Amino acid sequence: MAITTTKSAFWKGFRDGAPFLLVSGPFGLLFGVLAAEAGLIVPEALVFSLSVFAGSAQFTALQLMQENTPTLIILVSALAVNLRVAMYSASLTPYLGEAPLWQRACAAYLTVDQSYALSIVQFENNPQMTLSQRLAYFFGTNGCVAPGWMAATFIGALLGAQVPDSWGLDFVLPLAFLAMVGPMLRTPAHVVACFAAVATALPATALPYNLGLIVAGMVGMMAGAQAELWIEQRKTGKDAA
Amino acid sequence: MTQAPDPTLLWTIIIGLAVGSFALRFAFIGLMGGRTMPAWLMRHLRYTAVAIIPALVAPLVAWPTPTGGTPSLPHVAVAVAVFALGYLTRNVLIAMGAGACGFLLLFLFH
Repeated sequence: MAITTTKSAFWKGFRDGAPFLLVSGPFGLLFGVLAAEAGLIVPEALVFSLSVFAGSAQFTALQLMQENTPTLIILVSALAVNLRVAMYSASLTPYLGEAPLWQRACAAYLTVDQSYALSIVQFENNPQMTLSQRLAYFFGTNGCVAPGWMAATFIGALLGAQVPDSWGLDFVLPLAFLAMVGPMLRTPAHVVACFAAVATALPATALPYNLGLIVAGMVGMMAGAQAELWIEQRKTGKDAA
Repeated sequence: MTQAPDPTLLWTIIIGLAVGSFALRFAFIGLMGGRTMPAWLMRHLRYTAVAIIPALVAPLVAWPTPTGGTPSLPHVAVAVAVFALGYLTRNVLIAMGAGACGFLLLFLFH
């Protein structure tokens, strides 16, 4: 359906975002359950999800808190996991940057993997959309995802205290992350970044204060960026030849 | 259930992350206006998620918490299978389904 009004733009975003409930729902549940297992009470888990609204950063912080990591390292590591939203924000700026400040503040809070991925494709393919239609579409993509994330955290935190340790639920977190990372590896440079980070992370666990995570992350980023440069150079070299 | 975290620590983390995450998201759309980012910075930012998430996961797979940190071949096998399915199908839902099945197998037989 073509987008003709602001309202239809919102509902288009809403429908496009709805299937992602199948991802944000289970992730929210898992966060709630793991938060309860880590000793957080329901309101604490809920405020965590509501105020931070960044699943991977929340999981990272939760994991590191249980490993007696210094506060500063927890914050730096969790924010590093979330650095990608800065990239999303930068890439949405040409499309939403003209909006009033309060609307940009709302958009910033709602910048997550799903809303970004849907919106950037929509905006690139439909350059005739007006600013208010773009904003409406962007907010619409979060219509299911954001409330679903909060509700799932709440339910997970309620259930969590009743899940016995013997279920080994801790292992669901690495599996969930792996399921998320696999589809993110779209280019050879992504693969290089991923494996360089893994190869560094294993020996780097010997570093104190869980610093290994930050070191391995930086090694992976640099490896990915270098691989991208190298691949581009080879491509242009071939074209010239 | 482990012992509840120290409230001061917990709330420092929650508030720090809330402010920090918002700042990351707002930095460009709110403050940069229409200016573009330097290419080298964008190039590194592109690889943050695919570097840091695997770096976090790798030790959790190599020394899984449920076995008390003892390396376990079934855990590694399930992790590799989930990752490979996600990579090959490019579909988070299929990979998550595989993860749920793998977890169930570990729960039943390990």
